[in-house]
Amino acid sequence: MNYVFQFNIVWDHLPELLEGALLTIRLSAMAMALGLCLALLCAYGQSAGPWPVRWLVASYVELIRNTPFLVQIFIFYFSLPMIGIRLTADAAALAAMTVNLGAYASEIVRAGIEAIPRGQIEAARALGLKRLQIFRFIIIFPALKTVYPALASQFILLMLSSSVVSTISAVELTAITNSLTSTTFRSFEFYFVATGLYLAMALGFRAVLSGIYWTTFQRGRGA
Amino acid sequence: MARSFGTAEFLYLLKAIPWTLLLSLGALAGGGLIGLLIAILRTSPFRVLRWLATGYIELFQGTPVLMQLFVTYYGLAVLFNIQVDAWPAVLLAFTLYSGAFLGEIWRGSIQAIPRPQWEAAECLSLSFPKQLWYVILPQAARISIPPTVGFAVLLIKSTSIAAIIGFVELTRAGQLMTDATFRPMIVYPIVAALYFLLCWPLSLLAQTLERRIDATLGISKHF
Repeated sequence: MNYVFQFNIVWDHLPELLEGALLTIRLSAMAMALGLCLALLCAYGQSAGPWPVRWLVASYVELIRNTPFLVQIFIFYFSLPMIGIRLTADAAALAAMTVNLGAYASEIVRAGIEAIPRGQIEAARALGLKRLQIFRFIIIFPALKTVYPALASQFILLMLSSSVVSTISAVELTAITNSLTSTTFRSFEFYFVATGLYLAMALGFRAVLSGIYWTTFQRGRGA
Repeated sequence: MARSFGTAEFLYLLKAIPWTLLLSLGALAGGGLIGLLIAILRTSPFRVLRWLATGYIELFQGTPVLMQLFVTYYGLAVLFNIQVDAWPAVLLAFTLYSGAFLGEIWRGSIQAIPRPQWEAAECLSLSFPKQLWYVILPQAARISIPPTVGFAVLLIKSTSIAAIIGFVELTRAGQLMTDATFRPMIVYPIVAALYFLLCWPLSLLAQTLERRIDATLGISKHF
């Protein structure tokens, strides 16, 4: 092995890498928030909607869960413009991530809803609550609490898979690393450090997500 | 004048499927060996070994596959001072990746075996490897089948990422055909559909197996 590692050049470009990490965090956080909303909507549709809605949600979930994320990104960025929907790379990345997370998370949330004892829902109905009220006040909070760990790992998986959106030149950590390696030719060093940054972000996200768990679910009913 | 998307182009996509499957199967086989080792280390009575295995899992589950692919691809080139083909690099990367996930899945299966099974085996004065091999693993193997099939689906989808470093499997074939025909609205949905046909039966199989094993465990609870 006569390769000389040069990590000092990575050090020189550290601000750019950190900026890339920040972009990844922002993109992922937005996709997490939007994806969770989409998931809640789907889960509501599937638990309380008429059969066409249930069927529609079920096929959306199966379709997304059985095709690769990369191909989904390509469809959003390259295929949709052909039918007149033109998105910028960043918007396409965010849309693909949201739609992808929505499917996985709705499946997780649904499992949480199914774990709610029937008696609680019957009691709520006996008190004269409407469907949406039952969902809002009785179901959603304990359901999310039950499945929170699974939801949190899905969020982190999403953050990691966001590296793939660099293929459509959406700007985030991997894209910035790619452009740095092509100007400096130190591929191994840059990818090595970028991998470390992703690991740090995964640990960071996990800490923040468990912080959210403690503040929302452990202090009694919360908001 | 661009080519139109006809039978020849469709056949080109079909011919790429064996590469997707070969990569998945190869990674599953190699990853299975690593995974078994990791699962055993994770449940072993020695703290240092448990830490090592945990570190391995954290490293591969906490970083994006794309980054693992880049580091392996450029790392092999750097360490052995040779320009490697894409194939050994992607195979190695996906093998290591599968090892971490399978290790974690199988650890769960081993730990799901009730403690008395270990104790009973110990009473028969079996050594630790024998307890594992004759008593625990055969039972754990049954529980682990559904999540392992589920992981195979995840793996098939993940192999699409190999397209990014130019390995020609289904997704890369789709990219090439899009470049040749300028018909992303046709090509990518077909690619997605092909992935769906590969993955959906496996997803259904995983669900069925899971239900069956739940049923058996449910019955055994009554005894």
